[in-house]
Amino acid sequence: MSNIGSYEEQLKNFNWRSVEQELDHQTGKVLNIGYYCSDRICQNGKADKLALIWEDFSGEFKKYTFNEMRILTNTIANYLKNLGIKPGDRICLFMDKIPELYFGFLGILKMGGIAQPLFSAFGGESLFTRLEDAGTAAIITQKKHLGKVRQILENLPHLKHILVVDDDGSKPLRDKELAFFMEKETPIEKFEIYPSTAETPSVLHYTSGTTGKPKGAQHVHYSLIAQYISAKYVLDLQENDIYWCTADPGWVTGTSYGIIGPWANGITQCVLDSGFTAERWYKFIQDRKITVWYSAPTAIRALMKEGEAPIKKYNLSSLRHLCSVGEPLNAEAVLWSKNVYGLTFHDSFWQTETGSIMISNYPGMKIKPGSMGKPFPGITATVVDLKTHEPLKKTGVVGLIAIKPGWPSMFRTYWNNERTYKSKFINGWYICGDRASLDEEGYFWFVGRDDDVINTGGHLVGPFEVESALLEHEAVAESAVVGKPDPINMEVVKAFIALKPNFEPTDMTKLEIMNFIRKRLSPLAMPQEIEFVDSLPKTRSGKIMRRLLRAKEWGEEIGDTSTLEND
Amino acid sequence: MSEVKDIVLQYVIDEYLEQDSDQEITFDTKLISGGIVDSFSMVSLKVFLETRYKIQIPDAKATPDAFDSVNNIVKLLEEFGIQ
Repeated sequence: MSNIGSYEEQLKNFNWRSVEQELDHQTGKVLNIGYYCSDRICQNGKADKLALIWEDFSGEFKKYTFNEMRILTNTIANYLKNLGIKPGDRICLFMDKIPELYFGFLGILKMGGIAQPLFSAFGGESLFTRLEDAGTAAIITQKKHLGKVRQILENLPHLKHILVVDDDGSKPLRDKELAFFMEKETPIEKFEIYPSTAETPSVLHYTSGTTGKPKGAQHVHYSLIAQYISAKYVLDLQENDIYWCTADPGWVTGTSYGIIGPWANGITQCVLDSGFTAERWYKFIQDRKITVWYSAPTAIRALMKEGEAPIKKYNLSSLRHLCSVGEPLNAEAVLWSKNVYGLTFHDSFWQTETGSIMISNYPGMKIKPGSMGKPFPGITATVVDLKTHEPLKKTGVVGLIAIKPGWPSMFRTYWNNERTYKSKFINGWYICGDRASLDEEGYFWFVGRDDDVINTGGHLVGPFEVESALLEHEAVAESAVVGKPDPINMEVVKAFIALKPNFEPTDMTKLEIMNFIRKRLSPLAMPQEIEFVDSLPKTRSGKIMRRLLRAKEWGEEIGDTSTLEND
Repeated sequence: MSEVKDIVLQYVIDEYLEQDSDQEITFDTKLISGGIVDSFSMVSLKVFLETRYKIQIPDAKATPDAFDSVNNIVKLLEEFGIQ
């Protein structure tokens, strides 16, 4: 029997208050995610239950019980507090998927800080942009990433502390840098957890937009309510499950469902700190006896590409429930998973801004392969007209996905950018920026982004950020960046580049530019394809018309070109 | 053969290791599963091999396993007559 039971019954009876009661939360009282994910689970008699099984690519592993996690998160919280870090300060986590990342996240929340996780593959410029905007007070990182922090440190006056979790003393640390060994510090049995309440800021996740710098979506501790219950109903996490979320906590899936959701439910979860190869992933599922697996369409399609041969080498019979998020899961992948695993991937839709799953396929509900499913109980979602933003009355018509504000995990602002935050709400709806249609049975069908943001492998890349970085390359005169269809990643970054005089459009120039962006921004932002052009299409006012280039890549109608220069 | 192996190894060290990293990379070091080269960065490594050796590696052959170590990459290059 699934946790959600009948989806239709839940729709009738669900209310957020009942979830608060299930978590013993009273309105206006203390609510701290760090407490709910560790101390409360221990108080409920699960102190000795495994919270985390962590393994690296070579097979080295560590195990932690909920009580060990409680003490380690106390220890981190206490260390940060003793450094003079104050509640409300932003503390960046810039690490690979190691235990310190997971426990650091909860430790920050326990002392009242705002956790700011960032993807460890970010280059110096991406890191700088996000730390500068947030006015980050401290960063917790690994020795291997220290070089990137040092490069940008002098321009970050707010950054007072750099904690290095694996310093071996082989090279001297510099000013502001501290060696912090989580497991060698004096264990803190009792820590006075910061008395945060529902609206106390908790997490700052940066996401990319069409124009301008990345925006920090700020969440609050009350998000727990939605993350807890959606992990219970959508992921169907049950007492004896062994859960694996493949997402990196540098992104919102990795915190909402790779930390908060499962641990607030008292579930054992596994982390594999390894790059992707099909065999490594299947071996992990086999060895750790994973029962619930939450992954991304890009990974699923990459597994499809590898075929059935690696599947046959491993025993995957422990799996019982599969979920997916990031970008739409195509029907072919849904059918393939049923065929090869004997289980269907349940696709879900949500965003950094929504903080928890908004639309999903649920255990026991009829799955229409290729559909995103139906709104989560307690969530009012619809499709609104592209221009008027009024709910569409007809089914099958493409509009924008819109959510009625007020769900617990809704972002509360964009850091330093209230104006853009407010612009996301129109006619009483939060407009997600994704196009979809509804069918007669209320299922949502994804169509694509409504803006120029590129969804590559489930991660959003802002074209403006890439174009700005490209201009810093000595050979680039001007550029336009668009998403290009890709069978594995849905979209990849493609750059159209006009070179400065005296630079040759050679393959070596392409490679230099690719590596330049990869190191400066991130591998995700690196153009997977570069096309050299003599000039870029512009409006008469000189604005580059990305729309034309994107339409060409997707084989779509070019549309109105009346404003095109030299048309 | 050793020349190809050394060129690929040096390229990986120069391009994919973090600055100041003291990580040692050998011909057998796991590049993809070891998290040194991710699936997106693999594309730039493929472009390097294609540019350097004037070959076209079909997507079907550009798998994470084929790129998972310098030795694996050298085996892949052998299929294109690069020795």
